[in-house]
This record gives sequence, C-alpha cells and structure tokens, in this order.
Amino acid sequence: MADKKWMPRWFYQLASPRWCYEITGKLLPFFAVAALLLLVAGCVWALAFAPADYQQGNSFRIIYIHVPSSILAQSCYMLMAVAGAIGLIWKMKVADMVAKCCAPIGASVAVLSLATGAIWGKPTWGSWWVWDARLTSMLILFFLYLGIIALNSAIESERTAAQSTAVLALVGLVNIPIIKYSVDWWNTLHQPATFKLTERPAMPAEMWVPLLVMVIGFYCFFAVVMMLRLRNEIIQRERRSGWVRDLIAG
Amino acid sequence: MSFESFADFIDMGGHGLYVWMSYAIALVVIVMNIVNPLMQKRQIFTEQARRLRREKSKS
Amino acid sequence: MAHVYKVDGPFWGALKRDLLLSYRRKSDLVNPLIFFLMVATLFPLGVSPDPTFLADVAPGVVWVAALLATLLSMDSLFRSDFEDGTLEQILLSPQPLYLVVLAKVLAHWMLTGLPLTLLAPVLGIMLFLPGDGMWGLVLSLLLGTPTLSLFGAIGAALTVGLRKGGVLISLLVLPLYIPVLIFGSAAVQGAVTGLPLGGYLAILGAMLSLGLVMAPLAIGAALRISVSG
Repeated sequence: MADKKWMPRWFYQLASPRWCYEITGKLLPFFAVAALLLLVAGCVWALAFAPADYQQGNSFRIIYIHVPSSILAQSCYMLMAVAGAIGLIWKMKVADMVAKCCAPIGASVAVLSLATGAIWGKPTWGSWWVWDARLTSMLILFFLYLGIIALNSAIESERTAAQSTAVLALVGLVNIPIIKYSVDWWNTLHQPATFKLTERPAMPAEMWVPLLVMVIGFYCFFAVVMMLRLRNEIIQRERRSGWVRDLIAG
Repeated sequence: MSFESFADFIDMGGHGLYVWMSYAIALVVIVMNIVNPLMQKRQIFTEQARRLRREKSKS
Repeated sequence: MAHVYKVDGPFWGALKRDLLLSYRRKSDLVNPLIFFLMVATLFPLGVSPDPTFLADVAPGVVWVAALLATLLSMDSLFRSDFEDGTLEQILLSPQPLYLVVLAKVLAHWMLTGLPLTLLAPVLGIMLFLPGDGMWGLVLSLLLGTPTLSLFGAIGAALTVGLRKGGVLISLLVLPLYIPVLIFGSAAVQGAVTGLPLGGYLAILGAMLSLGLVMAPLAIGAALRISVSG
C-alpha cells in the first residue's frame, strides 16, 4: 500500500498494546463509576418508581433486565465480528484480543437474557420455557457464542485461534439476519400471535426512561468488563516485552 | 413510589418471586463478570513476578 | 507458450479426483446412508409407531436425520487431504482456490446429499408420510442438502488442523443449519397440506445461491488459516 495515512492517528495508536493498556487504565475508573451509578439508579427506579403494567402487573419489571441484556448480547456479537475482521485485515493484535474478550461476556449476557425471559414466561404464559421467537433467536445466538468459545479454546496457537474465530464470527454475522428471519417466520407458523414481552404500543415515558438508563448502564458495565479482560490479555501476551517486565517488577 | 408499604414492595403484587429472582440472577452475572477478570489479573501478576525472579536468580 | 490455462480445468480435475477417491473407499460412501436410516428408525421405537403421529412428525424427522447424516460425513471432507499434504499443494498452486473448494464440496454433496435425497422417499414411506408430501420432500432436500454441505465445509475447514475436530464441527455448524431445517421441513409440511411449494423452494434456492457465492470464500480463508497454523 503506497499511502497508509488514510486512517486517523488513533487507529494506529490503538494497534499498540502498550498505548492501549495505558489509555484503558485511565478510562476504567470513569466507566466503573458510571456503570455503578447508572445500574443502581436504574434498578431502584425500575423496581420502586416505574408504574406497574396494566396487563402484566409487576412482573413487567423483569423487562428492565431482559431487554438491556438482549441488546447487549446482540451488539457484543457485532463488536466481536467487526474486531475479528479488523484483526484479519490489518493484522492488528489488539483487535484480536478485543474479539477474544467479547465471547465470554456475550455468552454470559445471553444466559442472563434467556434466564430472565424464561422466568418472565412463568407468570405470563404459565410455563418456564416457551418457544417464543425472540427467546429462540437468543438461544441460537448463545449457541453461536459457545461455538466460538469452543473453537478458540481448541486451537493452541493464539494467532491461528484468533483468525479462525474471526472467520467463524463473520460467517455467523452473515447468518444472524437469516436465522432471525427464519425463526420469526417459523414462530408465526406455529404460534398464532402470542403476547410478547417487548412488542407493545408506545410505552409511557415513566416506563421507558428507566429502561434507557438500564441500557446505558449495561453498556458501561460491558465497557468495564471488556477493559478488565483486555488488560489481562495484553499483559499475558506481551509478558516478554520490557514495559510489562517493568510493570510487574515495579 | 408505586408501592404502599415495604411488604408490598417485596411481594410485587404476587409476582415477587419472579421479579426478585430475575434481579438476583442479573446481580450474580454482573458480579461474576467483574470478579473473574480481577482474579485472573492477580494470578497473572503473581505468575509473571515468580518467572521474573526465577530468571534473575539464574543469570 | 505451450500451456493453455482453462478456468474450469482445476474444477473438473478436483471433482474427478474426489469422486474417484471416494469410489475406491466404498464404506465412507455407505456409512452416512446407514446412519440416516438408523436415526429414522429410532423415532418409531422411541416415541410411538402410531401411523397418524408418525405422519405428523415425518417431515421434521427426515430432515433432522438428513442434517445429522450430512454433519457426520463432514469431518472427512478435508481430513485425508490435510494429512497427506495434498491440501498444502492445493493452497500453493496457482489455480483459483474458489473453484477447487467448490469442486470438493460438490463432490461431497454428490456422494452424501444426493444419495440421501434419493433414499428419503423410502424413509417417507416407513414413517407414513402422505404421498402428496413425497415431491416436497425430494425437492426440498435437493435444494437444501447442497447448502448443508457448503456450511458444513466451513466448519470442516476451520477444524481440519485439530485432532478432535469431530464434535467441534457440530457445535460450530449446527446453529447455521437452523434456517435450512426450518424452511426445508416447512416445505414438506406445505406439500402434505397441499399448499403451493414455490415460496419455500425459492427461499431454499436463495440460501443455496448465497452459500454458493459466499461459503467457498470462507472455506478458502479457513483452509489457509488452518494449514498455516
């Protein structure tokens, strides 16, 4: 490539594990405080102050956990695939590490979304599990995460593992819309329009403002966990370089 | 406040079990996600420090 | 220059080679078919031999059995070529990898997917699938099994360098098979109830075209990564 300067400077700085370690160290406290405040405020608001739903009563309050975790599980997969692609194309080590850190976080949030969806099903539909389109799609997303984690742990070489999982994540990314569409279609075929947790006509502001607070809080929480994991990964991989030696000795 | 008393708040109109179980699972997932990398960090640092000491004593 | 390069040369070459190799190892050819037959036998034994019940579940059972049989045969797709070094030679050769990979997948489909499709009506009869559903079953499998082979080959390519690839492939590939399964079995059900099949087959065809265009690229990339690592 003749002209490499077409990307902004921070993009190249991100490629340096050391710079990345230092900047995440500075950002981490802010995100941690933001996540704590938003999640505590959001939970109190959701549990005590948001009005009960006229149809579902108080079991509606589960939505404040279920929806943010579903959104986070989906965007975490996007981030993983995009970071994997960047790692494949520009051979950027930090992008590989970000992609690797995404998988366990995404899988755990998908479990949270599935668990809350199942619990919500009990008072609403009367059973712990219902083959609802959204829950089924989330289950398949969880399977995709499990496949990526299994592949990553089966390959010993770090570089090969990162590249292989990136290819798998990209294939999954292409497939997610197809899976989502087919599951939605399958659901309408087998279950005539049931009551859905999230599809509802215009929520009043007292209901959706705390939801928004929880969604932002979950994103901040994700940023905190991502940075914690990323810093570990950087130390682990750069353990032979001088600055990490100094860091550990000092 | 959408509840009359603290007992009402716990009961959640009969759905207390489900609501509180959801929030408890959320808490567990969040705490595990935070604690796990912190423990890993401690382990990596002690391991690497030990390796450094070993290399120093050898040379 | 004495050499004249033809674009389709490597394609037919690879296809012929793979077909010949499998023809000489006949057990690999028959095993997925036996597996297919056995899985379908388990359902009446495990659940109920009642004809009306079996007729209800037949589309799904035949499709799931075909899917698992394809999955089972996937591991061997690149394995022997990887072990004797042929795969490395293919990757180093100047021929377009896309065509070679496509030929290998096509050969694999001709040896598993096509026989499965031809055997499916027999299973349909055993499971009391109504006669109207037979055409739907054969057509949906004909369009669906190549897609299964293409997606499965991505998993096979990613795990070819690993010793314990077998179970891992199913973990990687099964979620990707779900759309094909949904529309494939829905097509059979549609045929049983007398609905027009055009829509289902069009969607299966669309997934096959997408697979034909995209999957060989992913398989090629995965093979390069696995072999170099």
